[in-house]
Amino acid sequence: MRISALVTSITIIMIVFFLFREGVGIFKSPSVEKGYVIAVNKSNAVETLNSTQLKNIYDQEITNWKTLGGKSQEITVFRVEDITNYYSEEELGANMEYLPAKISEVLAKTPGMIAFFPSTYLVKNFKGKVLPLKNISVANFLGGTEWFPTAQPSAQFGAWPLILGTLYVSLIAILLALPLGLATAVYLAEIADKRTRNFLKPVIELLAGIPSVVYGFFGLVVIVPILKNTFHLDSGQSGLAGGILLAIMALPTIITVSEDALHNTPNAMREASLAMGASKWQTICRIVVPYSSSGITAAAILGIGRAMGETMAVLMVTGNAAVVPHSIFEPLRTIPATIAAELGEAPQGGLHYQALFTLGCILFIMTVSANLMAGYISKKKRLA
Amino acid sequence: MKISINQRKRYTQNIAFWIFRLLSFMVVAILFIILCFLIYNGIKVISWDFLTQMPEDGMTKGGIYPAIIGTLCLIAGSMVFAFPVGVLSAIYMNEYASDGWIKKLLNQMTSNLAGIPSIVFGLFGMALFVNKFGFGDSILAGSLTLGLMVLPVIIRTTEEALKAVNDTFRHASLALGSSKWQTTRRVVLPMAFPNIITGVILSIGRVSGETAPILFTVAAYFLPRLPHGIFDQVMALPYHLYVIITSGTNIEESRPIAYGTALVLITIVLIMNLIANAFRRYFGKKVKMN
Repeated sequence: MRISALVTSITIIMIVFFLFREGVGIFKSPSVEKGYVIAVNKSNAVETLNSTQLKNIYDQEITNWKTLGGKSQEITVFRVEDITNYYSEEELGANMEYLPAKISEVLAKTPGMIAFFPSTYLVKNFKGKVLPLKNISVANFLGGTEWFPTAQPSAQFGAWPLILGTLYVSLIAILLALPLGLATAVYLAEIADKRTRNFLKPVIELLAGIPSVVYGFFGLVVIVPILKNTFHLDSGQSGLAGGILLAIMALPTIITVSEDALHNTPNAMREASLAMGASKWQTICRIVVPYSSSGITAAAILGIGRAMGETMAVLMVTGNAAVVPHSIFEPLRTIPATIAAELGEAPQGGLHYQALFTLGCILFIMTVSANLMAGYISKKKRLA
Repeated sequence: MKISINQRKRYTQNIAFWIFRLLSFMVVAILFIILCFLIYNGIKVISWDFLTQMPEDGMTKGGIYPAIIGTLCLIAGSMVFAFPVGVLSAIYMNEYASDGWIKKLLNQMTSNLAGIPSIVFGLFGMALFVNKFGFGDSILAGSLTLGLMVLPVIIRTTEEALKAVNDTFRHASLALGSSKWQTTRRVVLPMAFPNIITGVILSIGRVSGETAPILFTVAAYFLPRLPHGIFDQVMALPYHLYVIITSGTNIEESRPIAYGTALVLITIVLIMNLIANAFRRYFGKKVKMN
């Protein structure tokens, strides 16, 4: 029995352990997939590169070594398939058996070259310089604005648009849901008679029970087209669509928690207010709601926490564009949606896989801190 | 015309109450719009064949039989795990543990577990059950993941149920010389049982609808046969719905199937909720009369 009781705690510990074990791994490796190397000419003064620099080089946004602290020299980008530009097929051999040697040769010949190739092609007396690569840093991961997890040669793991997208949708959701939820909670707790309450309560429970895919489906076939037509958008899949859906999904949490908070107001305070000649409405406005404000805040935070972690519905209606959102009508992408959409394609143990686990860690920290904060706020009031 | 303060008070109150009533019924309206929409579009598709046939033609025709069976397997599997663990855990926390830091910690952990997003459970299930334990994508891995996810629901409702049992029964039983375990087993549990079952039914509703935790632990994209054992993959209703609306071979043509699947899924959830409610009402009265 004691063991059963410990299962929840053990699970949490294991979740933390596994999530972080897989997730932290990404900070111990460079952004180039294992088994590949980046090499330059021996005369090159550049010591190391990070993932953004690599990407910019291969996108030809940086074209001179000077920008990277080297000598002023044009950068020549080289991928394995470019070898045919330098050597004929006979020179490479029928089965490409001379390919490794030729890569080494071309590197030695071209001073401004940077090459990206599998490490199996590294010959013994390699005539280039293999660049040691910088590990992905925490700051880069959190602050980077580009999410191209499968880009070659250097994957880009910038989680900032995803984090922002998650917060953004949750915020829209809570702004929509809070007024409605609070009104319903006040109505349920203070105004409605017993019959209405007995009717409303199960309805709210049902709303909480509807699976998120079904919400997503509804959003996709109803809300998205409506948004598209009303606001004349290219695609209705947007932060707003996600926000509306999440608002509906967060309603039950907000209603239940704030109703509990309202119920906790001592009757003596209500009676005192009424005895002073205040109307029921004045009592609600001035006494009950202010008294339970911390509980209502907790409800809002819990609602945000719920909204942040929601996966399927958001995945289906937000359009999944990993960019920093500028308006509510633009598509965006959240952390859970990214995990759900990409984990299936990420090879186990690879960089992409680890990056998704790191996202999981971030999400975990965000939701747990929301929960703890909500708990703390509602507890503080009880002591006062 | 002059309005007295009292009148104005009454007017404001009336207006405010009407607004609140309106807003509350908007919540009801949302639910009814969703339900009506699904029922209206889905009812045309539902037939005996739809429920008992394999999907055909890239999931644009045929039925959803394997998905229904898969979901039932997952429900059974997760309950086999979560029910005993959850109930025992709640009994320990409510009947045995003394008020101390351990109980506080367990409580805290339970509510934390309840707040973890389902996709994180999916990640965890994949890392631990699928990869570490080597279960692969299987009913076993999926059930365990889902079971862990609904554990807090079962613990919480069982705790509530146990708390609802009046202490006088416990004292009476103990005074007759029975041990703590006998009291729990013969007196407290039978009285709390209906409410515990309510929790189980609610969590069944939750299990049948969750998609994110099964994405990487069990769900099969397309598998038109029944599972052979607990290490087999299955299709599941929520994942099937997700697949045919977002990444099926022909999204437009499989729309009717999507409506049908959504309706079946929501019917399961609705029925579970109704049963739970009926249970609570019926036995709630009975316990009170005792």
